[in-house]
Amino acid sequence: MVDHSVIGRRLAPLTAHVEPGRLRFFRETLGESNPLYNDAAAAKAAGYAATPVPPTYLFCLEMMDAEQAFEFLTVLGADLAQVLHGEQRFAYRAPVMVGDTLLFEPRIAGITDKKGGAMTLAFVETRVTNQHGVHVADCSRTVVVLNKVAA
Amino acid sequence: MSEPHQLAVGDRVVHKSFPPISRHKLALYCGASGDHNPIHVDLDFAKAAGYPDVFAHGMLVMACLGQALTDAIPPPRLRTFATRFVSITQLGARLTCEGHVAEFVEHEGERCARLALTTKDENGDVKLAGEAVIAI
Repeated sequence: MVDHSVIGRRLAPLTAHVEPGRLRFFRETLGESNPLYNDAAAAKAAGYAATPVPPTYLFCLEMMDAEQAFEFLTVLGADLAQVLHGEQRFAYRAPVMVGDTLLFEPRIAGITDKKGGAMTLAFVETRVTNQHGVHVADCSRTVVVLNKVAA
Repeated sequence: MSEPHQLAVGDRVVHKSFPPISRHKLALYCGASGDHNPIHVDLDFAKAAGYPDVFAHGMLVMACLGQALTDAIPPPRLRTFATRFVSITQLGARLTCEGHVAEFVEHEGERCARLALTTKDENGDVKLAGEAVIAI
């Protein structure tokens, strides 16, 4: 069972850089062909100062540049083999583009036990700001912990 | 692409199919996403955790849905994008992502449309059930 006293706990903040080479690797993996994401001129024509990132890439940046990408598991007392990703939400407030340096500030926003304790839902909310201090996005994830129930 | 101001409730605005998910794709996504959870690429680890095989990262499937979404909707109009991971996406799955206009809403003082989104495999099994709010 997950200790509910971790509600409100802040995880280690992290700084992530939107690097063009890593972003290209992501686009190629997904077969992303939208000119907006591939052509700086097309991005500028659409009003962006530089090439923007696809809508789920914030999640990747948070994992890539974390010193401990699975710190939330340590806090929850769970291991990788017993968790699933339940839900994911992004709220976009300002563009995120190649060259940006982002600050991610995650915290455990809530914990709920389900199915008589067989599973626990943990809600992790992350505020994202850029190098100018602009609040660019909020990311929320629900982690499903499949609890080890004594037989 | 529909002009967002011409949208009507029920309009199907998002529709895109993807090639089968291969082990190679999972390995590439492991590196490209920074999600190094071995359960998606290491068969031994997946079996030890009680799964018959490796399976797709939920966020790989959401990235496909995001791509289908931004193929149809100009990204500057995207306000929120969310999904529930309904079931595990198996190797070989051929995903189809769809979205229709569910309703018009006011979001933080702005007139928006809420799109209902799904990702299904080739058997019609729902993998993702999500939504996006777009400015119109």
